Amino acid sequence: MDLSTTYLGFKLKNPIIPSASPMSRTVDSIRAMEDYGAGAVVLYSLFEEQIRHEAKELYHFLSYGAESYAEATSYFPTKEEYYLGPEEYLEHIQNVKRAVDIPVIASLNGSTVGGWTEYAKNIQEAGADALELNVYFIPTDINKSGSYVEQLYLEILQAVKAKVTIPVAMKLSPFFSSLVNMAKRLDDQGANALVLFNRFYQPDIDLETLEVEPSVVLSSSDAIRLPLRWIGILHKNIHADLAATSGIHTAHDVLKMMMVGANAAMMCSALLRFGPKRIGEVLNEMQKWMIDHEYESIEQMRGSMSHKSIADASAFERANYMKALNSFM
Amino acid sequence: MATEKLSQIKREMVTIDGNEAAAYVAHKTNEVIAIYPITPSSNMGEWCDQWSSEGKKNIWGTVPTVVEMQSEGGASGAVHGALQAGSLTTTFTASQGLLLMIPNMYKIAGELTPTVFHVSARSLATQALSIFGDHSDVMAVRSTGFALLSSHSVQEVMDFALIAQAAALKSRIPFLHFFDGFRTSHEVMKIEQLTVEDIRAMIDDELVFAHRSRRLTSDAPVLRGTAQNPDTYFQSRETVNPFYDACPEIVQNEMDKFAKVVGRQYHLFDYFGAPDAERVIVLMCSGSEAVHETVENLLEKGEKVGVLKVRLFRPFSVKHFLDALPKSIKSIATLDRTKEPGAAGEPLYQDVITAFGEALANGTMPTASFPKIIGGRYGLSSKEFTPAMVKAVFDEMKKSQPKNHFTVGINDDVSHSSLEIDSAFTTEKSDVVRAMFYGLGADGTVGANKNSIKIIGEDTPNYAQGYFVYDSKKSGTTTVSHLRFGPRPIRSSYLIKKANFVACHQWVFLEKFDMLEDIIEGGTFLLNSQFSANAVWSKLPRVVQEKIIRKKLQFYVIDGYSVAAKTGMGGRVNTIMQTCFFAISGVLPKDEAIAAIKRSIKKTYGKKGEDIVKMNFDAVDQTLENLFKVNVPSAVESAIELPPVVSEKAPEFVKNVTAKIIAGYGDELPVSMFPVDGTFPVGTARWEKRNIALEIPVWDEEICIQCGKCAMVCPHAAIRIKVYDKKSLEEAPATFKHTSYRGKEYEGMAYTIQTAPEDCTGCSLCFEVCPVKNKKETRLKALNMKPQPPLRELERANWDFFLTIPEADRRTAKIDTIKGSQFLEPLFEFSGACSGCGETPYVKLATQLFGDRMVVANATGCSSIYGGNLPTTPWTKNAEGRGPAWSNSLFEDNAEFGLGFRLSIDKHTEFAGELLKKLSPQIGEELTKAILTADQSDEEKIYEQRARVKTLKEKLKEFASDESKHLLSLADYFVKKSVWIMGGDGWAYDIGYGGLDHVLASGRNVNVLVLDTEVYSNTGGQMSKATPRGAVAKFAAGGKPVAKKDLALMAMSYGSVYVARVAMGANDLHTLKAFLEAEAYDGPSLIIAYAHCIAHGINMEVGLDSQKAAVESAHWPLFRYNPELAKHSQNPFKLDSKAPKIKFEEYAYKEIRYKMLTKSAPEEAKRLLSLAQEDVNSKWHFYEQLAALKFDSSSNGNGK
Repeated sequence: MDLSTTYLGFKLKNPIIPSASPMSRTVDSIRAMEDYGAGAVVLYSLFEEQIRHEAKELYHFLSYGAESYAEATSYFPTKEEYYLGPEEYLEHIQNVKRAVDIPVIASLNGSTVGGWTEYAKNIQEAGADALELNVYFIPTDINKSGSYVEQLYLEILQAVKAKVTIPVAMKLSPFFSSLVNMAKRLDDQGANALVLFNRFYQPDIDLETLEVEPSVVLSSSDAIRLPLRWIGILHKNIHADLAATSGIHTAHDVLKMMMVGANAAMMCSALLRFGPKRIGEVLNEMQKWMIDHEYESIEQMRGSMSHKSIADASAFERANYMKALNSFM
Repeated sequence: MATEKLSQIKREMVTIDGNEAAAYVAHKTNEVIAIYPITPSSNMGEWCDQWSSEGKKNIWGTVPTVVEMQSEGGASGAVHGALQAGSLTTTFTASQGLLLMIPNMYKIAGELTPTVFHVSARSLATQALSIFGDHSDVMAVRSTGFALLSSHSVQEVMDFALIAQAAALKSRIPFLHFFDGFRTSHEVMKIEQLTVEDIRAMIDDELVFAHRSRRLTSDAPVLRGTAQNPDTYFQSRETVNPFYDACPEIVQNEMDKFAKVVGRQYHLFDYFGAPDAERVIVLMCSGSEAVHETVENLLEKGEKVGVLKVRLFRPFSVKHFLDALPKSIKSIATLDRTKEPGAAGEPLYQDVITAFGEALANGTMPTASFPKIIGGRYGLSSKEFTPAMVKAVFDEMKKSQPKNHFTVGINDDVSHSSLEIDSAFTTEKSDVVRAMFYGLGADGTVGANKNSIKIIGEDTPNYAQGYFVYDSKKSGTTTVSHLRFGPRPIRSSYLIKKANFVACHQWVFLEKFDMLEDIIEGGTFLLNSQFSANAVWSKLPRVVQEKIIRKKLQFYVIDGYSVAAKTGMGGRVNTIMQTCFFAISGVLPKDEAIAAIKRSIKKTYGKKGEDIVKMNFDAVDQTLENLFKVNVPSAVESAIELPPVVSEKAPEFVKNVTAKIIAGYGDELPVSMFPVDGTFPVGTARWEKRNIALEIPVWDEEICIQCGKCAMVCPHAAIRIKVYDKKSLEEAPATFKHTSYRGKEYEGMAYTIQTAPEDCTGCSLCFEVCPVKNKKETRLKALNMKPQPPLRELERANWDFFLTIPEADRRTAKIDTIKGSQFLEPLFEFSGACSGCGETPYVKLATQLFGDRMVVANATGCSSIYGGNLPTTPWTKNAEGRGPAWSNSLFEDNAEFGLGFRLSIDKHTEFAGELLKKLSPQIGEELTKAILTADQSDEEKIYEQRARVKTLKEKLKEFASDESKHLLSLADYFVKKSVWIMGGDGWAYDIGYGGLDHVLASGRNVNVLVLDTEVYSNTGGQMSKATPRGAVAKFAAGGKPVAKKDLALMAMSYGSVYVARVAMGANDLHTLKAFLEAEAYDGPSLIIAYAHCIAHGINMEVGLDSQKAAVESAHWPLFRYNPELAKHSQNPFKLDSKAPKIKFEEYAYKEIRYKMLTKSAPEEAKRLLSLAQEDVNSKWHFYEQLAALKFDSSSNGNGK
């Protein structure tokens, strides 16, 4: 049984990749994920805001209240050097690289073109095999147009590509007016893979305290529908690899993604819920299904159910909407 | 390296202050450094701690060990021990700190142990404390046997630190190297930095070996520190004489050696002036620079004057002194920066008289006849000492009957000691740029100016000097920077009076200070203005317009805040105003200056991230585009007058004295205006309308639930609550807000929450704590912060009206509820504490509950400064004239000081009781019995007792016996008094712990309130034993390695002490209960209160959240230990907070004090964080077990 796949130019023993999450904060849990069979790993994200915020925070507080009163012209010892960049993250990459054999994909999360993209270079130097770029942009400015948002994605990708030679994957939100066109432009700009989709954190409200509560809701298998459609549509329309993320919990989910044309299937919620052993279980189930259904390899099924491969292309399109509605009647 | 070669090398020019200069040499030439913070010397210890934590080595290649002690007494003990064990050891101190070292100084000197103590000389606490500079402290140790060597400028501080070290090793006599606190310790100057080679050349390793060979070691044991008797002590004491005789020559030799190595030649006494001078001033330290400058000026005018600068004051070498003086002198004036009441003269005067007296007796007079010698005092507590004052002294010396024992620099209209001064006299040279900057503490002005000095000092051949005058308050503070740049070394050791550049960084200052008074004609005035160059003129006060026109000023404006906002700088206009200065002052060519600023930004902020650098670069560029020159009209047109400093309604003392100090004219107040014994009236803060809040809380009476939390947490008592008869509203202004009281106890009455608009600091704690949310717009609460300026007039009228409404009756208020307690009038208001202070809400609460019968002993620290620093003070009294009586003794003795109050009160109460019993037949048995057996456990009963005492006093007036007179003077003690002992953790955990422990063990009824900020806040955040593990503080730059001391547990171990640990932000009701229980307990009580602090690295508006997180993480468990419960077979320990809800990390990393370690030493941060979590776990486990103990009366230990 050949479960291998290629993603970002690497040959992976199977398509399951734990996506960026707190699971990858320790070397031990990454090693466990490798032991249970992960094909590669995406590290937790290095956030633009975090780096900027921490620098500004330190700048602010080390001078807050200083030079105001004769007895206390400052409140903290002054150090000549601070580790305000991504040192800890870079060190983590190095440690992970030493500990595991699977490809290690670092993750950078930001939403502006700025100094932080410099860190892509540091990440490459630290030994990451590839970089996933997560442009987590919530357009709340009523004056910012869709084309502005699209341009921002392209500029960030361009800035990062100019700094590194390792492959760069772009993690996208589904909220583009023309996702396929956007995907093509990113593809033209040199994205080596597209990761579909980013599950934005959605706020909730606490009715008692009347506060907005940051609570993470883990996904369920239902969530695969969105990437399933778009990967199916994009397959063979662009050069970049495609990775599916959102709602991949079971072997069936992975197989479906492969069939619509994904190179890799990323798991997060299922691993947070059940631990790294879930990877092994999914792989076993996949093998069993493939044996039962007489599939020899992942390569064999990849794209077999994509927009271009299925008999009725309208199933991915608007006509499918009518069908779905009718099914409830 | 040969000394000849060394003298030719080019040394680095650095711009540093005196403290750094001393610390630099001390760190290079010592192995052990024992320190304790005290202003203005703290920075020397901080530098050494920082350098050692960074691994910087001394000249022998090892990193000096720096250890913080619990007091200066402790530091000197550790120094003594380290010296005895053979290390080269030093310490730094000032003022009372030096006094605490005296016992060890005698020992160290008596044992001929070489060391150097570096002292930034400071006033001693007498009628008042002062942090500023004079020689009272140094002069108090002149009999210890230490050599006293003075430095007169920042360069000399570095040079003499080294000369002292070399001479101490050579002579075996310990040295005290001193320089003027603030004037030199904090003055930033461009100086030549000694190299390691210079220091190596001056320090003889053989002498180091000799010192080491005298150490106490079991390999060659000796015994030191014997007890001697009448037969031997005297002779032993005289053995050291040859060492003292040799010392002056040794110092001179080291000075000569230094001259060969470095090129600067010093003498024990350096004379400057006419070779045939007739009048010579003799003095020490920075004042000699002003005299030097004046002598230069007078020499040009042909006057025969000179100055003798005393460098080695002890041992005083009469020979060297006389040799240094010109033979032509006819008159000498000695100037002492100290006061020795009752002495025949101040120390230097006496030595000079003695020197001449001995010379006369010995026939070694250097002059033809005995010169006229007069002595005077100057510059106490950093009082200005200017060339005009020097000129006054020289003029006085011309007189046939000059004043002796004079003062100069003040107007002494009581003893008439002062000299007349011609204030127009100046020695400022026209080629020196003199710039003054008025900034707000928070806007970064001082930091930017220090940076400008570095730029000019290090990028140009100019000499540079910076001196900074700070505010007496801690919030909304004004700073005035005085910068000089010139082609020659700058000797002007006084503030600028003839500025050619004045910058006003805050519009509001235009109404507060006459800052154009000191600018010269044709000078440049830069204003940070929200109004454009075209619009600004009409907005200026009349006096400002007048001066701009009359003095023909070049007037520039910039909207600094708008540039700051656009470039992400927030409220910091530092870089912007600095750029303006360089762009228009002409100190440097503009392009060169801008390039230099950018280089400096890169250097300063490069390590703090690219974004910060970019932000500052943007600010520089934007500034240049937004800086405009104003076309000044030819006529004054403004009708805007400066507001009065204080209201017409203010008491006479406030109008005549306080208001002058507020306005900046305190120097002009004559001696007669001051109380003779340091006693001041209370209730002065309310007259100083500081108007520092940008936004103030505005009450929404519709949705308010009247919980009282806002008033409870207000650090400045600027938000008050009254419940009152609706009739009171008849005279109310139309905009005065009120509503009906919600609740039964005051049904039908009106209720108002009112802000004091001009006293509020805008901290927004009230907004943060408000639990109500507006149902239509949840960001709104029952209090909302709104801009102050448009509300000022309206709310001032409302506040004035509010004050006329009667206070709640203390007998009916439910003081054990938050709501009820907040109807009580605070007798601590509008302090100078930081905006959002975490300490003052506790202090205020105590005054609400007990203020009308309270006596307060306050340890030195933040609370004594915001509580007692002039001009205005927050402690006040109620309409009946009752309120807290407050005093500050020292830092170390506060518990004992407060116990003294108790002892005196108890004694007087007891005596009054005895007298009353005796006088019972006349007074009447019923009243006697009622008074002596009165239960005073609540406000109602206290009220009744007051009434009885009033009756008693009236009766007593009818009798004329001695006993009745005594009783009349003591009768008020029948109403119970509440003794409060307050202070910070530096006092309670460290310097005052021994005393506190003793007082707690005394069983006496005192209430101790520890305002625990977990650092020495007042001196700038040094580690105390209250500092938690893992937190960064000064003296713990690498994170505090050990856990916080559990002071509460230590106190509980007595079993007889009421102990509570509280945090108002986590549980206000718990705090209130603890205060009430502590006060009610008839024995010692200790309340340890978590106080968030600016030194935690938090935004102060979220201080209450920090307190909550501290409790939720169990870093700060809430509990009460009440010995009363044990009497009733109950466990006295009640754990009042819940099991940890969040990890220590979640609490800690909200605060920069913890988080910065992750940025400076990430691995160590992880290690300490994990240990800190273990501390929390184990402590919580311990407390849980303690709370679960079964208790019965048989296990009641030594409880009362």
